Amino acid sequence: MHPAFSVIFFTVASGAGFGLISLLFIADFFKLGGGFSDDQLVAGGLIALGLIAFGLLSSTFHLANPKNAWRAFSRFRTSWLSREGVFAIVFMPLALIYVGSIMFGAPEWLRVGFGFLTAVLAWITVFSTGMIYACLKTIRQWNTPLVPANYLALGYASGSLLLLLGAVFAGLETTPYIAMSALIVSIAAVLKAIYYFWIRSPGLTPTINTATGLTRAKIKLLDTGHTHGTFLTQEFGFQIARQKASVLKVVVFVVGFAVPGLMLVSVFNQNGGHAAAIVAVVAGILGAAVERWLFFAEARHVVNLYHGAQRC
Amino acid sequence: MRLGLVIDLDVCVGCHACAIACKEWNASGTIGPLSDYQPYGAEPSGVWFNRIRHFEMDEYPNNKTVNFPMSCMHCEDADCVTVCPTGASYKRAEDGIVLIDQDKCMGCNYCSWACPYGARELDRSSGTMKKCTLCIDRIYDEQLPVEERQPSCVLTCPAHARMFGDFDDPDSAVSRTVRERGGYPLMPELNYNPTNTYLPIRRKPVIEVETKPKGGLKESIKQFANRLVRR
Repeated sequence: MHPAFSVIFFTVASGAGFGLISLLFIADFFKLGGGFSDDQLVAGGLIALGLIAFGLLSSTFHLANPKNAWRAFSRFRTSWLSREGVFAIVFMPLALIYVGSIMFGAPEWLRVGFGFLTAVLAWITVFSTGMIYACLKTIRQWNTPLVPANYLALGYASGSLLLLLGAVFAGLETTPYIAMSALIVSIAAVLKAIYYFWIRSPGLTPTINTATGLTRAKIKLLDTGHTHGTFLTQEFGFQIARQKASVLKVVVFVVGFAVPGLMLVSVFNQNGGHAAAIVAVVAGILGAAVERWLFFAEARHVVNLYHGAQRC
Repeated sequence: MRLGLVIDLDVCVGCHACAIACKEWNASGTIGPLSDYQPYGAEPSGVWFNRIRHFEMDEYPNNKTVNFPMSCMHCEDADCVTVCPTGASYKRAEDGIVLIDQDKCMGCNYCSWACPYGARELDRSSGTMKKCTLCIDRIYDEQLPVEERQPSCVLTCPAHARMFGDFDDPDSAVSRTVRERGGYPLMPELNYNPTNTYLPIRRKPVIEVETKPKGGLKESIKQFANRLVRR
């Protein structure tokens, strides 16, 4: 699949935003590490909402006809893309009320109630983003429950690193934030490892034989019937060399998981706390972006069987 | 009704006439125009509803070229319709034709991801997705003579490799042909239940290819002499 940068940016930025605001509610509710002040919570909430809004806006850049984008809320009953849009739109006012109730010192039940709803909606929205890809039977590398699990884990991992950065700058007791980050980042790493092992196996996929129905002999493509590329070859023809993919997987694990892990240790030992927390966030988000690029680059659509692939 | 096409792989000669006729009719049809990019340039490309690929089956000397026309299969379980967030893609209840409402499409490409047959192509000029309409503006046009109320590709095929009809009617020509010739759907394992059906290649006796008998010493000298003279 052709990796579209607007979609990569959207999923990484909004995933981090949704993760941050959910974990922000947990930090607020349990007063983790002494608890953020109200002003700090508002700032964190606005940063999360900014990431989400920026991401959602960027996702409309890959539309060829954005003037009809408002119609995307109409097929909630069948389409995961529509569901994602609806959940994101329902999320926004809830999150604004939550941030507003902190800002204006609303009663505790209002703050907790809307904080909880915000966290739940954030979770559901990221899950829907993953399901957009996971529901496609045409792409084996996506058609697995590991995909929404990965989207959630990576979004919340980025969010937890952002929250830790906030805790370091706010001068809170960092241990609970380090523990939370360490747990979520390691879950994300394990899920990603399972995913990479899983897509390595050939699996029961369509082949050139079932795609043409000519199952009694070896089949090969002689001619695609067009002299230059088509929409199909541009959208689905992208291929990544196996070796390059392997190198990028190492990059994902080193930059996305190992470096943030080491930085967590460094914050815990209180050497260079601020710088270490910043490096953790940058590395975590960079790793997530590489992971997302690879997620698209490694996906092989079955239409490639009509363009020369023997199996997908 | 469940309207669709039967494509006879045994008969198709791979002339691309169906694709040309399709483009000609649909460029000014309900979903047209079908934009071309650089039609006379170095990298000609554009929107087509019907594409013909060419495959080779088996290896020499048992090889055979198979010409493979493909357009929208008008699937019974069309995921392209299910995934569409705007409701632009729809499947007609009365005849099973899958269409795209050009006024609702936002060009997100999601339906083309869901289609395993590559039937959907984005028109970059209008920003909307386009696909085979089964010539809905021909088959119901009462101004046309009855025998011409068929998709353009079917009418134009010089080899009669294409048939159009109702698969729900067990006595229609398409249903009978599919039964008699053992017609099959493409990629049935994905469970899209495509309506369009392909007829397999008939099994014919293999033509014996005799190897040339060796001529002996005299023949070899003669051939050598001939080659020298020709030089």
